[in-house]
Amino acid sequence: MNPNIVEIDNLSFGYKGRLLHKGINMVFPRGKVVAIMGGSGSGKTTLLRLIGGQIKPSKGEVRVDGEVVHQQDRDGIYKLRRKMGMLFQHGALFTDLSVFDNVAFPMRELTDLPESMIRDLVLMKLNAVGLRGAYHLTPPELSGGMARRVALARAVALDPNIIMYDEPFAGLDPISMGVICDLIRSLNDALGATSIIVSHDVKETFLIADYVYFVADGEVVAEGTPHDLMQSTLPFVHQFVHGEKDGPVPFHYPAANYQAELLGQNSAKHSQAKPGLTKNSQAK
Amino acid sequence: MIKSKLLNSLTRTLRGIGSRMTERVWRLGAGARLFFLTLVYSGESFKRFHLTLREIYFTGVMSLLIIVVSAFFVGMVLALQGYNTLQKYGSSEAIGVLVALSLVRELGPVVTALLFAGRAGTAITAEIGLMKTTEQLSAMEMMAVNPIARVIAPRFWAGVISMPILATLFSMVGILGGYIVAVPLIGVDDGAFWSQMQANVDFRLDIVNGLIKSIVFGVACTMIALFEGFDAPPTAEGVSRATTRTVVISSLTVLALDFVLTSFMLVI
Repeated sequence: MNPNIVEIDNLSFGYKGRLLHKGINMVFPRGKVVAIMGGSGSGKTTLLRLIGGQIKPSKGEVRVDGEVVHQQDRDGIYKLRRKMGMLFQHGALFTDLSVFDNVAFPMRELTDLPESMIRDLVLMKLNAVGLRGAYHLTPPELSGGMARRVALARAVALDPNIIMYDEPFAGLDPISMGVICDLIRSLNDALGATSIIVSHDVKETFLIADYVYFVADGEVVAEGTPHDLMQSTLPFVHQFVHGEKDGPVPFHYPAANYQAELLGQNSAKHSQAKPGLTKNSQAK
Repeated sequence: MIKSKLLNSLTRTLRGIGSRMTERVWRLGAGARLFFLTLVYSGESFKRFHLTLREIYFTGVMSLLIIVVSAFFVGMVLALQGYNTLQKYGSSEAIGVLVALSLVRELGPVVTALLFAGRAGTAITAEIGLMKTTEQLSAMEMMAVNPIARVIAPRFWAGVISMPILATLFSMVGILGGYIVAVPLIGVDDGAFWSQMQANVDFRLDIVNGLIKSIVFGVACTMIALFEGFDAPPTAEGVSRATTRTVVISSLTVLALDFVLTSFMLVI
Protein backbone atom coordinates (compact mmCIF):
# COMPACT_ATOMS: atom_id res chain seq x y z
CA MET A 1 0.00 0.00 0.00
CA ASN A 2 1.22 3.48 -0.90
CA PRO A 3 2.26 5.20 2.36
CA ASN A 4 0.91 8.51 1.03
CA ILE A 5 -2.85 8.82 0.68
CA VAL A 6 -2.59 12.11 -1.24
CA GLU A 7 0.23 13.12 -3.56
CA ILE A 8 0.53 16.42 -5.39
CA ASP A 9 2.98 16.17 -8.25
CA ASN A 10 4.39 19.18 -10.12
CA LEU A 11 1.01 20.90 -9.89
CA SER A 12 0.36 24.20 -11.62
CA PHE A 13 -2.96 26.00 -11.55
CA GLY A 14 -4.02 29.39 -12.78
CA TYR A 15 -7.11 31.31 -13.77
CA LYS A 16 -7.87 34.64 -15.40
CA GLY A 17 -4.29 34.77 -16.66
CA ARG A 18 -2.81 34.53 -13.16
CA LEU A 19 -0.70 31.53 -12.21
CA LEU A 20 -1.66 30.66 -8.63
CA HIS A 21 0.48 27.53 -8.24
CA LYS A 22 3.76 26.91 -10.02
CA GLY A 23 4.92 23.30 -9.91
CA ILE A 24 3.90 22.37 -6.38
CA ASN A 25 4.97 19.01 -4.90
CA MET A 26 3.46 17.72 -1.66
CA VAL A 27 2.79 14.36 -0.04
CA PHE A 28 0.30 13.57 2.71
CA PRO A 29 1.22 10.35 4.55
CA ARG A 30 -1.54 8.14 5.94
CA GLY A 31 -2.50 8.77 9.55
CA LYS A 32 -0.73 12.12 9.77
CA VAL A 33 -1.93 15.67 10.33
CA VAL A 34 -0.34 17.82 7.62
CA ALA A 35 -0.78 21.57 7.46
CA ILE A 36 -0.58 23.90 4.49
CA MET A 37 0.22 27.40 5.63
CA GLY A 38 0.68 30.72 3.89
CA GLY A 39 -0.68 34.20 3.69
CA SER A 40 -4.16 35.15 2.50
CA GLY A 41 -4.55 34.67 -1.24
CA SER A 42 -1.64 32.25 -1.53
CA GLY A 43 -3.91 29.54 -2.94
CA LYS A 44 -4.19 27.26 0.09
CA THR A 45 -7.93 26.71 -0.21
CA THR A 46 -7.54 26.20 -3.96
CA LEU A 47 -5.20 23.29 -3.16
CA LEU A 48 -8.02 21.65 -1.14
CA ARG A 49 -10.40 22.18 -4.07
CA LEU A 50 -7.84 20.58 -6.39
CA ILE A 51 -7.55 17.58 -4.07
CA GLY A 52 -11.34 17.33 -3.94
CA GLY A 53 -11.58 17.50 -7.73
CA GLN A 54 -13.72 20.65 -7.75
CA ILE A 55 -11.25 22.25 -10.16
CA LYS A 56 -8.72 20.81 -12.59
CA PRO A 57 -4.99 21.62 -12.59
CA SER A 58 -3.41 23.36 -15.57
CA LYS A 59 -0.39 21.05 -15.28
CA GLY A 60 0.73 18.18 -13.05
CA GLU A 61 -1.58 15.95 -11.08
CA VAL A 62 -3.17 15.21 -7.73
CA ARG A 63 -3.43 11.55 -6.76
CA VAL A 64 -5.81 10.39 -4.05
CA ASP A 65 -5.33 6.78 -2.98
CA GLY A 66 -3.36 6.19 -6.19
CA GLU A 67 -6.06 7.62 -8.51
CA VAL A 68 -5.39 10.75 -10.55
CA VAL A 69 -8.25 13.05 -9.52
CA HIS A 70 -8.67 15.12 -12.68
CA GLN A 71 -8.73 12.04 -14.92
CA GLN A 72 -11.85 10.70 -13.21
CA ASP A 73 -15.34 11.13 -14.63
CA ARG A 74 -18.12 12.45 -12.40
CA ASP A 75 -18.84 9.04 -10.85
CA GLY A 76 -15.13 8.45 -10.27
CA ILE A 77 -14.72 11.80 -8.53
CA TYR A 78 -17.80 11.15 -6.37
CA LYS A 79 -16.34 7.74 -5.47
CA LEU A 80 -13.10 9.43 -4.37
CA ARG A 81 -15.00 12.10 -2.46
CA ARG A 82 -16.71 9.41 -0.40
CA LYS A 83 -13.27 8.83 1.10
CA MET A 84 -13.04 12.51 2.03
CA GLY A 85 -14.64 14.78 4.59
CA MET A 86 -14.28 18.53 4.49
CA LEU A 87 -14.75 21.22 7.08
CA PHE A 88 -15.45 24.53 5.37
CA GLN A 89 -14.22 27.86 6.71
CA HIS A 90 -17.63 28.94 8.01
CA GLY A 91 -19.05 25.46 8.48
CA ALA A 92 -21.32 25.56 5.39
CA LEU A 93 -24.12 23.98 7.41
CA PHE A 94 -27.43 23.60 5.58
CA THR A 95 -29.49 26.40 7.08
CA ASP A 96 -32.83 24.73 6.36
CA LEU A 97 -31.88 21.62 8.36
CA SER A 98 -31.44 21.07 12.10
CA VAL A 99 -28.11 20.08 13.65
CA PHE A 100 -29.28 16.45 13.70
CA ASP A 101 -30.35 16.51 10.04
CA ASN A 102 -27.11 18.21 9.00
CA VAL A 103 -25.03 15.40 10.48
CA ALA A 104 -27.46 12.78 9.16
CA PHE A 105 -27.37 14.34 5.66
CA PRO A 106 -24.41 12.35 4.20
CA MET A 107 -25.70 9.14 5.78
CA ARG A 108 -29.18 9.58 4.31
CA GLU A 109 -27.86 10.63 0.91
CA LEU A 110 -25.05 8.14 0.45
CA THR A 111 -26.03 5.03 2.42
CA ASP A 112 -29.05 2.76 2.80
CA LEU A 113 -28.77 2.65 6.59
CA PRO A 114 -32.08 2.38 8.47
CA GLU A 115 -33.26 5.51 10.24
CA SER A 116 -32.79 3.94 13.69
CA MET A 117 -29.11 3.30 12.96
CA ILE A 118 -28.65 6.79 11.49
CA ARG A 119 -30.10 8.21 14.69
CA ASP A 120 -27.57 6.33 16.83
CA LEU A 121 -24.65 7.24 14.56
CA VAL A 122 -25.60 10.92 14.50
CA LEU A 123 -25.83 11.03 18.27
CA MET A 124 -22.43 9.33 18.52
CA LYS A 125 -20.86 11.86 16.15
CA LEU A 126 -22.47 14.77 17.97
CA ASN A 127 -21.33 13.33 21.29
CA ALA A 128 -17.75 13.19 19.96
CA VAL A 129 -17.84 16.95 19.33
CA GLY A 130 -19.69 17.63 22.58
CA LEU A 131 -22.97 18.76 21.02
CA ARG A 132 -25.30 15.79 21.52
CA GLY A 133 -27.57 18.05 23.55
CA ALA A 134 -27.82 20.55 20.70
CA TYR A 135 -29.20 18.10 18.13
CA HIS A 136 -32.52 19.94 17.87
CA LEU A 137 -31.08 23.40 17.25
CA THR A 138 -30.89 25.03 13.83
CA PRO A 139 -27.68 26.59 12.39
CA PRO A 140 -28.74 30.22 13.10
CA GLU A 141 -29.08 29.29 16.79
CA LEU A 142 -25.44 28.13 17.02
CA SER A 143 -22.37 30.16 17.93
CA GLY A 144 -19.44 30.19 15.48
CA GLY A 145 -17.55 27.56 17.48
CA MET A 146 -20.61 25.31 17.81
CA ALA A 147 -21.33 25.58 14.08
CA ARG A 148 -17.75 24.58 13.32
CA ARG A 149 -18.09 21.55 15.65
CA VAL A 150 -21.36 20.47 14.01
CA ALA A 151 -19.69 20.83 10.61
CA LEU A 152 -16.84 18.69 11.92
CA ALA A 153 -19.30 16.01 13.06
CA ARG A 154 -20.86 16.11 9.58
CA ALA A 155 -17.41 15.93 7.91
CA VAL A 156 -16.58 12.72 9.79
CA ALA A 157 -20.11 11.29 9.55
CA LEU A 158 -19.03 8.51 7.16
CA ASP A 159 -15.61 7.92 8.78
CA PRO A 160 -13.56 9.31 5.88
CA ASN A 161 -9.93 8.40 5.18
CA ILE A 162 -9.03 12.01 4.47
CA ILE A 163 -10.36 14.99 6.43
CA MET A 164 -9.71 18.44 4.97
CA TYR A 165 -9.99 21.55 7.10
CA ASP A 166 -10.27 24.98 5.50
CA GLU A 167 -9.22 27.61 8.03
CA PRO A 168 -10.71 25.70 10.98
CA PHE A 169 -9.61 28.30 13.55
CA ALA A 170 -10.64 31.49 11.73
CA GLY A 171 -12.89 33.78 13.74
CA LEU A 172 -13.12 31.58 16.85
CA ASP A 173 -12.75 32.60 20.48
CA PRO A 174 -9.77 31.04 22.36
CA ILE A 175 -11.91 28.38 24.06
CA SER A 176 -13.55 27.25 20.80
CA MET A 177 -10.17 27.35 19.11
CA GLY A 178 -8.71 25.03 21.76
CA VAL A 179 -11.69 22.69 21.45
CA ILE A 180 -11.45 22.48 17.65
CA CYS A 181 -7.68 22.02 17.88
CA ASP A 182 -8.09 19.13 20.25
CA LEU A 183 -10.91 17.58 18.18
CA ILE A 184 -8.89 17.64 14.95
CA ARG A 185 -6.06 15.70 16.52
CA SER A 186 -8.22 13.28 18.50
CA LEU A 187 -10.60 12.54 15.60
CA ASN A 188 -7.66 11.98 13.27
CA ASP A 189 -6.09 9.48 15.65
CA ALA A 190 -9.39 7.79 16.56
CA LEU A 191 -10.45 7.32 12.92
CA GLY A 192 -6.94 6.53 11.65
CA ALA A 193 -7.52 9.18 9.02
CA THR A 194 -5.22 11.70 7.35
CA SER A 195 -5.93 15.35 8.08
CA ILE A 196 -5.02 18.22 5.81
CA ILE A 197 -5.29 21.59 7.51
CA VAL A 198 -5.22 24.84 5.61
CA SER A 199 -4.60 27.65 8.03
CA HIS A 200 -2.60 30.74 8.86
CA ASP A 201 -2.95 30.34 12.61
CA VAL A 202 0.59 29.35 13.53
CA LYS A 203 0.20 28.55 17.22
CA GLU A 204 -2.77 26.20 16.93
CA THR A 205 -1.59 24.54 13.73
CA PHE A 206 1.92 23.88 15.02
CA LEU A 207 0.40 22.35 18.14
CA ILE A 208 -1.33 19.53 16.25
CA ALA A 209 0.45 19.18 12.89
CA ASP A 210 3.00 16.45 12.20
CA TYR A 211 4.32 18.20 9.11
CA VAL A 212 3.88 21.66 7.63
CA TYR A 213 4.18 23.11 4.13
CA PHE A 214 4.59 26.84 3.65
CA VAL A 215 3.17 28.17 0.38
CA ALA A 216 3.95 31.61 -1.02
CA ASP A 217 4.04 33.08 -4.49
CA GLY A 218 2.64 29.82 -5.87
CA GLU A 219 5.48 27.66 -4.58
CA VAL A 220 6.35 25.58 -1.54
CA VAL A 221 8.91 27.86 0.10
CA ALA A 222 9.53 25.76 3.19
CA GLU A 223 8.49 22.47 4.72
CA GLY A 224 9.24 20.46 7.80
CA THR A 225 8.03 19.57 11.25
CA PRO A 226 6.66 22.40 13.39
CA HIS A 227 9.78 22.19 15.56
CA ASP A 228 12.10 22.61 12.56
CA LEU A 229 10.09 25.50 11.18
CA MET A 230 10.10 27.32 14.51
CA GLN A 231 13.90 27.28 14.34
CA SER A 232 13.98 28.20 10.64
CA THR A 233 16.09 31.16 9.61
CA LEU A 234 14.42 31.47 6.21
CA PRO A 235 13.23 35.10 6.09
CA PHE A 236 9.67 34.29 4.98
CA VAL A 237 9.17 31.50 7.52
CA HIS A 238 10.68 33.65 10.26
CA GLN A 239 8.40 36.57 9.43
CA PHE A 240 5.31 34.36 9.20
CA VAL A 241 5.95 32.25 12.30
CA HIS A 242 6.80 35.24 14.46
CA GLY A 243 4.15 37.51 12.92
CA GLU A 244 6.57 40.30 11.99
CA LYS A 245 5.07 43.32 10.28
CA ASP A 246 7.69 43.80 7.58
CA GLY A 247 10.00 41.43 5.81
CA PRO A 248 9.91 39.47 2.56
CA VAL A 249 6.15 40.05 2.58
CA PRO A 250 6.11 43.86 2.59
CA PHE A 251 3.83 45.91 4.82
CA HIS A 252 3.16 48.36 1.98
CA TYR A 253 1.36 47.43 -1.20
CA PRO A 254 3.56 48.49 -4.12
CA ALA A 255 3.03 52.20 -4.68
CA ALA A 256 4.63 55.29 -6.18
CA ASN A 257 7.16 57.29 -4.20
CA TYR A 258 5.43 58.50 -1.03
CA GLN A 259 6.95 62.00 -1.03
CA ALA A 260 6.31 62.51 -4.74
CA GLU A 261 2.69 61.35 -4.33
CA LEU A 262 2.04 63.71 -1.42
CA LEU A 263 3.49 66.60 -3.42
CA GLY A 264 1.18 65.75 -6.28
CA GLN A 265 3.88 64.43 -8.61
CA ASN A 266 3.60 61.11 -10.47
CA SER A 267 0.05 60.73 -9.13
CA ALA A 268 -0.96 58.51 -12.03
CA LYS A 269 2.27 56.59 -12.26
CA HIS A 270 1.75 53.84 -9.72
CA SER A 271 4.16 50.99 -9.82
CA GLN A 272 2.95 47.84 -11.54
CA ALA A 273 5.33 45.67 -9.52
CA LYS A 274 3.72 42.85 -7.56
CA PRO A 275 4.59 42.02 -3.98
CA GLY A 276 6.91 39.07 -3.76
CA LEU A 277 9.19 37.17 -1.50
CA THR A 278 12.36 38.72 -2.80
CA LYS A 279 11.14 42.28 -3.09
CA ASN A 280 10.94 44.73 -0.30
CA SER A 281 8.39 47.47 -0.17
CA GLN A 282 8.92 50.14 -2.76
CA ALA A 283 7.38 52.77 -0.53
CA LYS A 284 9.91 55.05 0.96
CA MET B 1 -5.01 62.85 -33.90
CA ILE B 2 -8.79 63.37 -33.84
CA LYS B 3 -9.19 60.54 -36.33
CA SER B 4 -7.18 58.24 -34.12
CA LYS B 5 -9.25 59.17 -31.02
CA LEU B 6 -12.45 58.58 -32.95
CA LEU B 7 -11.18 55.21 -34.12
CA ASN B 8 -10.21 54.26 -30.57
CA SER B 9 -13.60 55.27 -29.24
CA LEU B 10 -15.35 53.29 -31.99
CA THR B 11 -13.18 50.24 -31.27
CA ARG B 12 -13.97 50.49 -27.54
CA THR B 13 -17.70 50.74 -28.23
CA LEU B 14 -17.68 47.77 -30.60
CA ARG B 15 -15.57 45.78 -28.16
CA GLY B 16 -18.06 46.61 -25.39
CA ILE B 17 -21.03 45.50 -27.50
CA GLY B 18 -19.20 42.32 -28.52
CA SER B 19 -18.24 41.53 -24.95
CA ARG B 20 -21.84 42.01 -23.72
CA MET B 21 -23.20 39.89 -26.57
CA THR B 22 -20.67 37.13 -25.89
CA GLU B 23 -21.57 37.16 -22.20
CA ARG B 24 -25.28 36.89 -22.97
CA VAL B 25 -24.75 34.03 -25.41
CA TRP B 26 -22.54 32.31 -22.84
CA ARG B 27 -25.21 32.72 -20.14
CA LEU B 28 -27.87 31.40 -22.50
CA GLY B 29 -25.72 28.33 -23.15
CA ALA B 30 -25.02 27.86 -19.45
CA GLY B 31 -28.76 28.17 -18.71
CA ALA B 32 -29.61 25.61 -21.39
CA ARG B 33 -26.96 23.26 -19.97
CA LEU B 34 -28.42 23.61 -16.47
CA PHE B 35 -31.91 22.93 -17.87
CA PHE B 36 -30.65 19.80 -19.63
CA LEU B 37 -28.83 18.57 -16.50
CA THR B 38 -31.94 19.27 -14.41
CA LEU B 39 -33.97 17.03 -16.71
CA VAL B 40 -31.24 14.36 -16.64
CA TYR B 41 -31.09 14.31 -12.84
CA SER B 42 -34.85 14.66 -12.33
CA GLY B 43 -35.18 10.89 -11.91
CA GLU B 44 -33.13 11.02 -8.71
CA SER B 45 -35.34 13.75 -7.30
CA PHE B 46 -38.54 11.87 -8.23
CA LYS B 47 -37.30 8.93 -6.16
CA ARG B 48 -37.46 11.24 -3.15
CA PHE B 49 -40.64 13.08 -3.98
CA HIS B 50 -40.92 14.47 -0.45
CA LEU B 51 -38.23 17.01 -1.43
CA THR B 52 -40.41 18.23 -4.30
CA LEU B 53 -43.50 18.28 -2.06
CA ARG B 54 -41.63 20.44 0.42
CA GLU B 55 -40.72 22.89 -2.33
CA ILE B 56 -44.31 22.91 -3.63
CA TYR B 57 -45.28 24.16 -0.19
CA PHE B 58 -42.69 26.97 -0.29
CA THR B 59 -43.21 28.05 -3.90
CA GLY B 60 -46.88 27.17 -4.44
CA VAL B 61 -48.74 27.23 -1.15
CA MET B 62 -46.86 30.27 0.16
CA SER B 63 -47.77 32.16 -3.05
CA LEU B 64 -51.48 31.47 -2.60
CA LEU B 65 -52.34 34.64 -0.71
CA ILE B 66 -50.88 37.06 -3.26
CA ILE B 67 -52.41 35.05 -6.14
CA VAL B 68 -55.90 34.86 -4.61
CA VAL B 69 -56.05 38.52 -3.54
CA SER B 70 -54.71 39.75 -6.90
CA ALA B 71 -57.10 37.49 -8.82
CA PHE B 72 -60.06 38.80 -6.85
CA PHE B 73 -59.25 42.43 -7.67
CA VAL B 74 -58.37 41.67 -11.30
CA GLY B 75 -61.74 39.91 -11.72
CA MET B 76 -63.62 42.82 -10.13
CA VAL B 77 -61.86 45.42 -12.30
CA LEU B 78 -62.49 43.31 -15.43
CA ALA B 79 -66.21 43.19 -14.62
CA LEU B 80 -66.40 46.95 -14.04
CA GLN B 81 -64.50 47.84 -17.23
CA GLY B 82 -66.28 45.16 -19.28
CA TYR B 83 -69.73 46.26 -18.16
CA ASN B 84 -68.87 49.88 -18.93
CA THR B 85 -68.14 48.99 -22.56
CA LEU B 86 -70.67 46.18 -23.11
CA GLN B 87 -73.68 48.17 -21.90
CA LYS B 88 -73.08 50.71 -24.71
CA TYR B 89 -73.88 47.89 -27.14
CA GLY B 90 -76.68 46.45 -25.05
CA SER B 91 -74.87 43.21 -24.34
CA SER B 92 -74.09 43.53 -20.67
CA GLU B 93 -75.16 39.86 -20.17
CA ALA B 94 -71.97 38.87 -21.99
CA ILE B 95 -69.96 40.16 -19.05
CA GLY B 96 -69.50 36.61 -17.72
CA VAL B 97 -67.95 35.45 -21.00
CA LEU B 98 -65.66 38.47 -21.16
CA VAL B 99 -64.38 37.95 -17.62
CA ALA B 100 -63.96 34.19 -18.05
CA LEU B 101 -62.23 34.30 -21.43
CA SER B 102 -59.91 37.14 -20.41
CA LEU B 103 -58.89 35.24 -17.30
CA VAL B 104 -58.67 31.71 -18.65
CA ARG B 105 -56.91 32.59 -21.92
CA GLU B 106 -54.60 35.42 -20.91
CA LEU B 107 -54.69 37.06 -17.52
CA GLY B 108 -54.74 33.87 -15.48
CA PRO B 109 -51.52 32.36 -16.86
CA VAL B 110 -49.73 35.69 -17.50
CA VAL B 111 -50.48 37.55 -14.26
CA THR B 112 -49.91 34.38 -12.22
CA ALA B 113 -46.51 33.94 -13.88
CA LEU B 114 -45.58 37.58 -13.22
CA LEU B 115 -46.65 37.31 -9.58
CA PHE B 116 -44.90 33.94 -9.28
CA ALA B 117 -41.67 35.44 -10.60
CA GLY B 118 -41.90 38.26 -8.07
CA ARG B 119 -42.89 36.13 -5.09
CA ALA B 120 -41.45 32.62 -5.54
CA GLY B 121 -38.83 33.28 -8.27
CA THR B 122 -36.97 35.86 -6.21
CA ALA B 123 -37.12 33.60 -3.14
CA ILE B 124 -35.63 30.71 -5.15
CA THR B 125 -32.82 32.87 -6.59
CA ALA B 126 -31.96 34.39 -3.21
CA GLU B 127 -31.99 31.00 -1.49
CA ILE B 128 -29.77 29.27 -4.05
CA GLY B 129 -27.51 32.33 -4.31
CA LEU B 130 -27.05 32.36 -0.53
CA MET B 131 -26.45 28.61 -0.50
CA LYS B 132 -23.65 29.25 -2.98
CA THR B 133 -22.29 32.22 -1.02
CA THR B 134 -22.20 30.23 2.22
CA GLU B 135 -20.53 27.27 0.45
CA GLN B 136 -23.50 24.96 1.07
CA LEU B 137 -23.50 23.85 -2.58
CA SER B 138 -19.73 23.26 -2.47
CA ALA B 139 -20.18 21.28 0.75
CA MET B 140 -22.80 19.13 -0.98
CA GLU B 141 -20.46 18.57 -3.94
CA MET B 142 -17.64 17.58 -1.60
CA MET B 143 -19.95 15.07 0.09
CA ALA B 144 -20.47 13.45 -3.34
CA VAL B 145 -24.06 14.67 -3.39
CA ASN B 146 -25.09 16.22 -6.70
CA PRO B 147 -26.58 19.69 -5.99
CA ILE B 148 -28.53 19.62 -9.26
CA ALA B 149 -30.33 16.44 -8.22
CA ARG B 150 -30.73 17.46 -4.57
CA VAL B 151 -31.39 21.22 -4.78
CA ILE B 152 -32.23 22.28 -8.35
CA ALA B 153 -34.44 19.48 -9.69
CA PRO B 154 -36.95 19.40 -6.77
CA ARG B 155 -37.39 23.18 -6.97
CA PHE B 156 -37.78 23.01 -10.74
CA TRP B 157 -40.56 20.42 -10.61
CA ALA B 158 -42.20 22.21 -7.69
CA GLY B 159 -42.44 25.36 -9.84
CA VAL B 160 -43.69 23.47 -12.89
CA ILE B 161 -46.38 21.70 -10.84
CA SER B 162 -47.38 24.79 -8.85
CA MET B 163 -47.81 27.19 -11.75
CA PRO B 164 -50.83 25.59 -13.53
CA ILE B 165 -52.55 25.03 -10.18
CA LEU B 166 -51.99 28.67 -9.21
CA ALA B 167 -53.14 29.88 -12.65
CA THR B 168 -56.31 27.78 -12.38
CA LEU B 169 -56.99 29.20 -8.92
CA PHE B 170 -56.31 32.69 -10.25
CA SER B 171 -58.93 32.25 -12.99
CA MET B 172 -61.49 30.76 -10.59
CA VAL B 173 -61.11 33.49 -7.97
CA GLY B 174 -61.04 36.15 -10.71
CA ILE B 175 -64.35 34.86 -12.09
CA LEU B 176 -65.76 34.95 -8.56
CA GLY B 177 -64.60 38.58 -8.19
CA GLY B 178 -66.18 39.41 -11.55
CA TYR B 179 -69.42 37.70 -10.50
CA ILE B 180 -69.61 39.68 -7.24
CA VAL B 181 -69.27 42.98 -9.10
CA ALA B 182 -71.46 42.05 -12.07
CA VAL B 183 -74.39 40.28 -10.38
CA PRO B 184 -74.99 41.54 -6.82
CA LEU B 185 -73.49 45.03 -7.32
CA ILE B 186 -74.36 46.02 -10.90
CA GLY B 187 -77.42 43.83 -11.25
CA VAL B 188 -76.59 41.71 -14.31
CA ASP B 189 -78.81 38.64 -14.52
CA ASP B 190 -77.38 35.71 -12.58
CA GLY B 191 -78.48 33.08 -15.11
CA ALA B 192 -77.21 35.07 -18.11
CA PHE B 193 -73.83 35.52 -16.43
CA TRP B 194 -73.24 31.79 -15.96
CA SER B 195 -75.06 30.40 -19.03
CA GLN B 196 -73.26 32.69 -21.48
CA MET B 197 -70.01 31.68 -19.87
CA GLN B 198 -70.90 27.99 -20.13
CA ALA B 199 -71.91 28.34 -23.77
CA ASN B 200 -68.89 30.28 -24.96
CA VAL B 201 -65.91 28.96 -23.03
CA ASP B 202 -64.44 26.00 -24.90
CA PHE B 203 -62.63 23.37 -22.84
CA ARG B 204 -59.98 22.52 -25.43
CA LEU B 205 -59.41 25.94 -27.00
CA ASP B 206 -59.64 28.08 -23.90
CA ILE B 207 -59.03 26.07 -20.73
CA VAL B 208 -56.45 23.57 -22.06
CA ASN B 209 -54.58 26.30 -23.97
CA GLY B 210 -54.50 28.39 -20.80
CA LEU B 211 -53.10 25.43 -18.89
CA ILE B 212 -50.45 24.81 -21.57
CA LYS B 213 -49.41 28.46 -21.29
CA SER B 214 -49.13 28.27 -17.51
CA ILE B 215 -46.99 25.10 -17.72
CA VAL B 216 -44.64 26.76 -20.22
CA PHE B 217 -44.45 29.87 -18.01
CA GLY B 218 -43.79 27.63 -15.02
CA VAL B 219 -40.82 26.00 -16.78
CA ALA B 220 -39.46 29.40 -17.90
CA CYS B 221 -39.90 31.30 -14.61
CA THR B 222 -38.59 28.50 -12.40
CA MET B 223 -35.61 27.75 -14.63
CA ILE B 224 -34.66 31.45 -14.84
CA ALA B 225 -34.87 31.78 -11.06
CA LEU B 226 -32.80 28.64 -10.52
CA PHE B 227 -30.16 29.57 -13.08
CA GLU B 228 -29.79 33.11 -11.75
CA GLY B 229 -29.27 31.76 -8.23
CA PHE B 230 -26.91 29.02 -9.35
CA ASP B 231 -24.89 31.43 -11.48
CA ALA B 232 -24.87 34.34 -8.99
CA PRO B 233 -21.45 35.63 -7.93
CA PRO B 234 -21.02 34.53 -4.29
CA THR B 235 -21.30 38.02 -2.80
CA ALA B 236 -24.14 40.08 -1.31
CA GLU B 237 -24.12 42.32 -4.38
CA GLY B 238 -24.06 39.31 -6.70
CA VAL B 239 -27.13 37.76 -5.07
CA SER B 240 -28.97 41.08 -5.07
CA ARG B 241 -28.29 41.60 -8.80
CA ALA B 242 -29.30 38.02 -9.56
CA THR B 243 -32.60 38.49 -7.72
CA THR B 244 -33.36 41.63 -9.71
CA ARG B 245 -32.44 39.88 -12.96
CA THR B 246 -34.83 37.04 -12.11
CA VAL B 247 -37.81 39.42 -12.00
CA VAL B 248 -36.80 41.39 -15.10
CA ILE B 249 -35.88 38.41 -17.30
CA SER B 250 -38.84 36.28 -16.13
CA SER B 251 -41.34 39.08 -16.77
CA LEU B 252 -40.00 39.81 -20.26
CA THR B 253 -39.77 36.10 -21.09
CA VAL B 254 -43.37 35.49 -19.96
CA LEU B 255 -44.71 38.37 -22.06
CA ALA B 256 -42.70 37.32 -25.12
CA LEU B 257 -43.65 33.65 -24.74
CA ASP B 258 -47.29 34.65 -24.31
CA PHE B 259 -47.23 36.36 -27.69
CA VAL B 260 -45.57 33.37 -29.37
CA LEU B 261 -47.91 30.81 -27.75
CA THR B 262 -51.03 32.88 -28.47
CA SER B 263 -50.00 33.20 -32.13
CA PHE B 264 -49.58 29.44 -32.46
CA MET B 265 -52.79 28.68 -30.58
CA LEU B 266 -54.88 31.03 -32.71
CA VAL B 267 -53.42 29.67 -35.95
CA ILE B 268 -53.84 26.03 -34.92
